[in-house]
Amino acid sequence: MAKNHVTTTINNEPVEFLCDTHETMLDVLRNDLGLTGSKEGCGSGDCGACTIMVDGRLACACLMLGAEAEGRTIETIEGMASGEELHPLQKKFVDEAALQCGICTPGVLVAAKALLERNPDPTETEVRYWLAGNLCRCTGYDKIIRAVMDTAAEMRAN
Amino acid sequence: MGNQSYKWVGTRQPRPDGADKVTGRARFGADFDMPGQLVGKVLRSPHAHANIRSIDTSKAKALRGVKAVITAADLPDMPDEMAPAGEVMVNLRDVTRNVMAREKALYDGHAVAAVAATSEAIAREALDLIEVDYEVLPHVIDVDGAVAADAPILHDHLRTDGDENAADTPTNVAKRIEFLKGDLDAGWAEAEVVVEGSFTTKPVHQGYIEPHAAVASATEDGQVQLWCSTQGQFNVRGYCAKLLDMQTSQIRVTPSEIGGGFGGKTVVYLEPLAIKLSQMAGKPVKLVMSREEVFRGSGPTSAGSMDVKLGATKDGRIVAADFTVRMQAGAFPGSPVGPACMCSFACYDIANVKVVGFDVVSNRPKVAAYRAPGSPVAAWGIESAINMLAEELGMDQIDLRLKNAAREGTKTHYGPTFKDIGMIATLEAAKNSPHYQTPLKASQGRGVAVGFWFNIGMDSSAACHIGEDGTVTLISGSPDIGGSRASLALMAAEELGIDYHKIRPIVADTASIGFNFLTGGSRVTFATGMAVVQAVRDAIDEMRARAAKLWEVDVEAVIWEDGCAKPAGSNVGDFDPMTLAEIAASAGKTGGPINGHAQLNAQGAGPGFGAQIYDVSVDADTGHTTVERCTVVQDVGTAIHPDYVEGQLQGGVVQGIGWALNEEYIYNDKGQLENTGFLDYRMPVASDLPMIEPIIVEVPNPSHPYGVRGVGEVPIVPPMAAIGNAIAEATGVRMTDLPMSPPKLSAALDAAKVRDAADD
Repeated sequence: MAKNHVTTTINNEPVEFLCDTHETMLDVLRNDLGLTGSKEGCGSGDCGACTIMVDGRLACACLMLGAEAEGRTIETIEGMASGEELHPLQKKFVDEAALQCGICTPGVLVAAKALLERNPDPTETEVRYWLAGNLCRCTGYDKIIRAVMDTAAEMRAN
Repeated sequence: MGNQSYKWVGTRQPRPDGADKVTGRARFGADFDMPGQLVGKVLRSPHAHANIRSIDTSKAKALRGVKAVITAADLPDMPDEMAPAGEVMVNLRDVTRNVMAREKALYDGHAVAAVAATSEAIAREALDLIEVDYEVLPHVIDVDGAVAADAPILHDHLRTDGDENAADTPTNVAKRIEFLKGDLDAGWAEAEVVVEGSFTTKPVHQGYIEPHAAVASATEDGQVQLWCSTQGQFNVRGYCAKLLDMQTSQIRVTPSEIGGGFGGKTVVYLEPLAIKLSQMAGKPVKLVMSREEVFRGSGPTSAGSMDVKLGATKDGRIVAADFTVRMQAGAFPGSPVGPACMCSFACYDIANVKVVGFDVVSNRPKVAAYRAPGSPVAAWGIESAINMLAEELGMDQIDLRLKNAAREGTKTHYGPTFKDIGMIATLEAAKNSPHYQTPLKASQGRGVAVGFWFNIGMDSSAACHIGEDGTVTLISGSPDIGGSRASLALMAAEELGIDYHKIRPIVADTASIGFNFLTGGSRVTFATGMAVVQAVRDAIDEMRARAAKLWEVDVEAVIWEDGCAKPAGSNVGDFDPMTLAEIAASAGKTGGPINGHAQLNAQGAGPGFGAQIYDVSVDADTGHTTVERCTVVQDVGTAIHPDYVEGQLQGGVVQGIGWALNEEYIYNDKGQLENTGFLDYRMPVASDLPMIEPIIVEVPNPSHPYGVRGVGEVPIVPPMAAIGNAIAEATGVRMTDLPMSPPKLSAALDAAKVRDAADD
């Protein structure tokens, strides 16, 4: 079967790739495009480790077909920092130890960034429910929630 | 508390691998690829218990694109020989049968064959072409079912080790162990109040988010390189060498970043298969488990069934304690029954104790370590019974524990006598905490429980390389599972007297540093930390010698202080201090490179004690429990990096909350696992939880240069019982079986109402 030719935008760069119809976006990112920052924890949309943005909406890359990327705008963890500067969320996660093993961290950060873009002043409950689709087994979420709220406060002040 | 004079130890610095991990650069197990690599896949048994009559791989081998197919016939059989793996000993005969079923498939998900092919699609197709002729046998999942007289027998050769009265017939009880202290009969005679109960836990999975992954590359001259996600690259090397009959020096294992382990990545599953497939195919082979394979094929923690009986005098002194636990080992012997028995009453100073444990096999994956293996199971029964005793005596639950707490000089029921421990300090901190001092809200319940873990030492090696510009590379062989690069670098900075940011800690492969036992047992900051301190001191001695050479004085006349070599006193001579950078810059003229090395078997691991407080509310209609407030108190010796210490406490607590309230494996009547994904094996998510309030107690361990005890294991010990105790207070119903999930708690509440109605 012929492969699909897909033209899309990933992290503000035009990208073309060929993929089998059954290939997930996560497989395309990781295996074909070398963007391994998105992780596969489950392959069923339950853990959020592959969280990406598609046309401004959060998605699990494992639940999307690569062919569906045609014409869309995709953002991954690799596009979060600009040049030498970490995104404020990334910096805060390091400063406040909001990660232990780090496997869930890319997905959590992509999701948290989407939250702060919609709601610059979330309550603790709002952060907890927004991130309920991102499993973390190491931290107990405490420092993650604090880091997101502290970043929000800092970004509001600046 | 703690030594406030430290400059770096005890501060909250950014972790050295932070930028890698927040940008997606860090390479975890599945992120590694080799040019020309093949895709490997594992065929797994759909049966919980079956004889394997034959396996026909001919059609799979004939498929275009298939480069290798292996079964147990391609791996050498192993003798009955015990070897250490994590915190439990394993039998190599069993390990080779666990990585690939031989005569029998012993659980749903047991590997029976593996293939390597040029694409994933071809590999999957090849699995479908392998024909396994199974003779399905009756199975047993539950530990109490497995000890029943008519239980299906997993291993015909198995007899009960340690039980003189056992019949010489096949059994699922692999071992009986017993610990005795004092005179139990005298204890019961003295007891004025007695409580007893039987309790069970369910097996739970460690739940690391990163599935197991390995890439192996074997060459024609017999060398192997292996990249994998593991808690111990040296243990993987040792396992693979034994299982494949190779020399350890032929296998170089590079640990990837590790996406969680909690004990579950201390054993091998894919690694020997990847090597064998690569040897046969002549190309690199990558194997990655799916989440379903992780649940069906990798080790959960042991489940336990136990009986507890406690006797006390009316003033609350516990005078007799009897505990029997049957621990589920999975398909092969080797549950953590030893640690369960030893941890059982370790928090207490009790004169008369009897503890008996049984190691029981059943048709489930062989258990692997999970945070303080065995201890949480015992604590579920014992800490529940302690609260039952407090209720009978009308005593405060912390006061009863304080009255009986282990202290300096307490001789444990398993042998050692405690010195310098923090059980009482921890309980007092819990009692004085803002949480315990705050009145309980209406309709909530408050539960407390304590927990113990030995913490371990074992083997570590480290090296400290002084760069020519005065910066330092710190090399260890301990995979960094939760911030240990930072804690090791902090201790090195403290020793060297230089900026933490000038030290780059790395985790080396098996060919680049000496042996390190795995990351587990809460040993890295303690044992590898000790090796790091010694390696740094070795480098400092060399730098003192270089300064002495330049100053033409004896090395004993040179001290190291604030990052400089200095004369020991004014009588040595009038020399300006030489900074580390100055000594490094002139190293070429004073004797060449400056490196420090250390290798040791760390002795004197400091026992860890913790106490936790939970306030819960229970929805009487649904049986749903909400943790409203939680405080975790623990003696950690010294908190080298307080953020990561707190993180360990909080993370362990939340795993315990999942264990208490929700997590369990669900099997159908064929013994097949039905909840093989995160949707149905539901671990706690952010919206389930409150903030977890940590209180760090610091009673320094005198055996470690910075007083480290170890942190990561204790926090998972108390949660189940503490939450059960809180539910008992909130509802009046004492739960005895985990998990205390909504259906079970709801049924228990309904049953209690029926009883109440009958009483009226």
